[in-house]
Amino acid sequence: MATANKYKVIGTRPVRHDGVDKVTGRARYGADTKIQGMLYSAMLRSPHAHAKIKRLDTSKAEKLPGVRAVVTAKDLPDPGTRIAQLGEGAVCMAHLTRNVLAREKVLYKGHAIAAVAADNIHIAEEAVKLIEIEYEPLPVLLDVREAMKPSAIVLNDDVRCEEVGAGTTGSTPTNVAKHFHFEKGNVADGFAKAKVVVEREFVTGTVHQGYIEPHAATATWNPDGRVTIWCCTQGSFTVRQQCSELLGVPLGHIKVVPTEIGGGFGGKISVYLEPVAAALSKKSGKPVKLVMDRAAVLEATGPTPASYMKVKIGVDGDGKITAGTAYMAFDAGAFPGSPIGMAAMCAFACYDVPNGSVDGYDVCVNKPRTNAYRAPGATNGAFAVESVIDEICEKLKLDPLEFRAKNAAKEGTRRVDGPVFPRIGMWETVDYLKKSEHYSTPLPKPKFGGKVGRGVASGFWFNCGLKSAAFATVNTDGSVSLSLGTTDIGGSRASIAMQLAETLGLTATDINPNVVDTDAVGYNDVTGGSRVTFATGIAAYEAGEDIKRQMVQRAAVLWDVDPSQVSYDVATASLIGPGKNITFKALAEQVNHCGGPVIGRGFSSEANQGGSFGTHCVDVEVDPDTGKTQILRYTISQDVGTAVHPSYVEGQLQGGVVQGIGWALNEEYWYDDKGVMRNASYLDYRIPTIYDVPMIDTILVEVPDPEHPFGVRGVGEVPIVPPPAAVANAIANAVGVRMEKLPMSPPNLLKEILAGK
Amino acid sequence: MRDFEYEAPITLAAAIELAGKHNSSARMLAGGTDLIDQVRVGRLAPDMLIDVKKIAELNVLEHSSFGLRLGAAVPCYQVYGHCGIVSDYAALADSCRIIGGVQIQSRASVGGNLCNSGPAADSIPSLIALEAVALIAGPKGRREVAVEDFCTGPGKNVLAAGELLVELKFPARVANSGSHYRRFIPRNEMDIAVVGVGASVVLNDAKDKFVSARISLGAVAPTPLFAKAAGDGLAGQPVNDDSIAKAAAAAKVIAKPITDMRGTAEFRMHITGVLVERALKAAVARAKGEHVDCKVGH
Repeated sequence: MATANKYKVIGTRPVRHDGVDKVTGRARYGADTKIQGMLYSAMLRSPHAHAKIKRLDTSKAEKLPGVRAVVTAKDLPDPGTRIAQLGEGAVCMAHLTRNVLAREKVLYKGHAIAAVAADNIHIAEEAVKLIEIEYEPLPVLLDVREAMKPSAIVLNDDVRCEEVGAGTTGSTPTNVAKHFHFEKGNVADGFAKAKVVVEREFVTGTVHQGYIEPHAATATWNPDGRVTIWCCTQGSFTVRQQCSELLGVPLGHIKVVPTEIGGGFGGKISVYLEPVAAALSKKSGKPVKLVMDRAAVLEATGPTPASYMKVKIGVDGDGKITAGTAYMAFDAGAFPGSPIGMAAMCAFACYDVPNGSVDGYDVCVNKPRTNAYRAPGATNGAFAVESVIDEICEKLKLDPLEFRAKNAAKEGTRRVDGPVFPRIGMWETVDYLKKSEHYSTPLPKPKFGGKVGRGVASGFWFNCGLKSAAFATVNTDGSVSLSLGTTDIGGSRASIAMQLAETLGLTATDINPNVVDTDAVGYNDVTGGSRVTFATGIAAYEAGEDIKRQMVQRAAVLWDVDPSQVSYDVATASLIGPGKNITFKALAEQVNHCGGPVIGRGFSSEANQGGSFGTHCVDVEVDPDTGKTQILRYTISQDVGTAVHPSYVEGQLQGGVVQGIGWALNEEYWYDDKGVMRNASYLDYRIPTIYDVPMIDTILVEVPDPEHPFGVRGVGEVPIVPPPAAVANAIANAVGVRMEKLPMSPPNLLKEILAGK
Repeated sequence: MRDFEYEAPITLAAAIELAGKHNSSARMLAGGTDLIDQVRVGRLAPDMLIDVKKIAELNVLEHSSFGLRLGAAVPCYQVYGHCGIVSDYAALADSCRIIGGVQIQSRASVGGNLCNSGPAADSIPSLIALEAVALIAGPKGRREVAVEDFCTGPGKNVLAAGELLVELKFPARVANSGSHYRRFIPRNEMDIAVVGVGASVVLNDAKDKFVSARISLGAVAPTPLFAKAAGDGLAGQPVNDDSIAKAAAAAKVIAKPITDMRGTAEFRMHITGVLVERALKAAVARAKGEHVDCKVGH
């Protein structure tokens, strides 16, 4: 199914345009911003997970020599009950501003309360200690099921339960912000037809995206009211919109300059520091830089929800799914907004489930407000659904891949939540994995004297289109400068430049892709939803088509013929007229004298990207005496559409799997009963190191997406979805223990192993 | 981070004088891998850092028929890079190889690890198993303290104001002996011990009986522990799984682990038994002259 030979540039592996800067350390990340006269700042963060702020006095801090400004929530305009449209949906400004700087209450340990700008960071930190604050501690809610009880203390007085679908809203304050209900067919009839029905409960912990680069923002507020913000963000335009709303500054007065970004995974979309740095700059009259330390990143940004889930699946004697139900309660953190809706839609998406229902709940608890994390919500759901399926396969003695092939969703399959799939590659991912060397090879012998096992699991993620815009200008040497507004997180400068090169018949190195500021390119939604190579790729393709039209016109001027007599030949990158031809490069040298500069523009608006599927196989070895799991071998088979740059596609797949393995085995916010995260460092919040994962083998299944001119499909998110389930199934195969709790850390697994004895 | 003064005396006397002058507001800086971090995060706010790396006595590394002298400022990489230590004090080399990564090992010292007195310190169980003695100097002169008596609580030890650790002294290795340190960590590298166990054994000439054994435990109490009774109980016992299992059970008796983000008390208790068995078996193998392959993370 390889598409490589179809194209000249797409499917090749050129060196990335930003590579030299990144490997030499010259690339400028968030914290690298330095401006003449810049102040440094530090924040006061709550030691309590839930408390009323009785008194806040910053006067002593303000008097410390070297302190230039102190800001609190009072320095941000009160948005009242305003709901703002911020590009990707409605945002409750009351919640957003309270997350940036707490007002009446602190809702989680690490909640930002005030910030100090000073001549250096040490003075700023000393000044923070001089801020006087009095709290009235309140009961702490950490567990989603506790928070759903009617007797539970309510975190946000303004939250009412929205019944999505029914369109009704509750009348009393509650922690349950939303309830989703999806239904298809007749569930009772479906279960009645089943030969085997398995129902299990699952619990997962809070995990963080784990980007290496901490959040950082630098801002200048000029006397003319113009604000410039430098920050590491996934979306410079959404930062502009959020800051405009939060600061009460017209959108056009704010310029956001995105720096390089050291990982985001969904966690660098919402603003934290940017409006605070701007407010400090306004008050001090100087540029202000604000950088989080690791503890603040873990305690106050991200994470992705802990969850409680109950999944029930019925399968008939032929091994066909007859019915499935899922109950999913996700913790939203301090304010509503967990990805429960997407989780509910993804839960059964890999399969043709004739009768099904999903109930999802978005629940506030005293943890940091959750944010997107790589296929938000889908990993939790897949852990539950794929574990139950594995147990059913074991009971019915079915090969787990045969089962998946038989039940795979295909073009025309209707999801439980309604939509019908276009051309998708779920079945193909299973088929390719089934034929792989890994799956055809018997389990290896133990390497460490433990017990080995193999597990498989599948996963789905939507991928989205949203909006992208790009400019491209032809330089006189025939190179093309490409201006992009989507942050390059996963190699998208290269993957987009390659699509423009393909469009024009040039090479990847002929294109100079640049991620520019919000005043220098058209509107772009965030880098997220596995959308950039797809949607910004379309924008670059359109810009290329625009350049072609203009080059045709310039050639027509040069030759003094009618443009209709000139055509653009992509194969040779040249223009062909009546008895004449000229290469792109030769014409580029002359365009400024025969019609003027060539500036291509393109955009993509809400193109309907098809979903992405992956099926994974993992071999593990479990030490039954310690509960420690080693990953021996891992293969991922994924529908990647047309692989624009196969190395970066493989990198995305491998990166997603590694994060999924971390989530499976060790990652978890470890809270004490006061709601204090006791492992807010990378020593004790354990993301995998290179010693913990083998080389991840990849199988690129290329089912082109018909919505894209080159068949591109987003690849970045779905690889994180199956790993926890695949690892759980492998552990069950190795030691006969079904883990219904994440992480499957040594203490958690050993407990089950010993209980099983 | 608060401002502090920095001095790098070249004699022990000068260091002691400086320390005495600043009393408890001075901290000794060897590799600094713990100290600098603690100052940066504000856990410590010293007025004076006394860099002891330039003092000759603290850089001694002397292996002879009398034993081993290890200066308090000698970095880990020199320890596991020393053939005599690798052969005769293998547990210590085991510890030094797994403290941090290469960069940390190039700075961090065993003496610093002991003085930091963390309950989960990777070198201290090895020091106890190998019968190390701490030589301390201070305004009142010199004294010696067995390492098992050195730590008094998390981050606390017997050093009085103005005192500093000069060196660690180890007895000479006896025939038919072997030692090993291992720890349990959830990852395979760059991690902190959930439980650490040091063991050293002496076998008879036939290598079928224990003559003596020393077992030590890390991360299961406020200080590293010397499981004396468990080791003593092995004396005269045959070298087999049963003796080793009994020693492990005896060692578990003194463990007082807590539940925290690194593991539950029950988990730590169970792992203590597992690791004592594994550490003893590896020490026995070394006593027999066998090669012990310390697999990553196990």
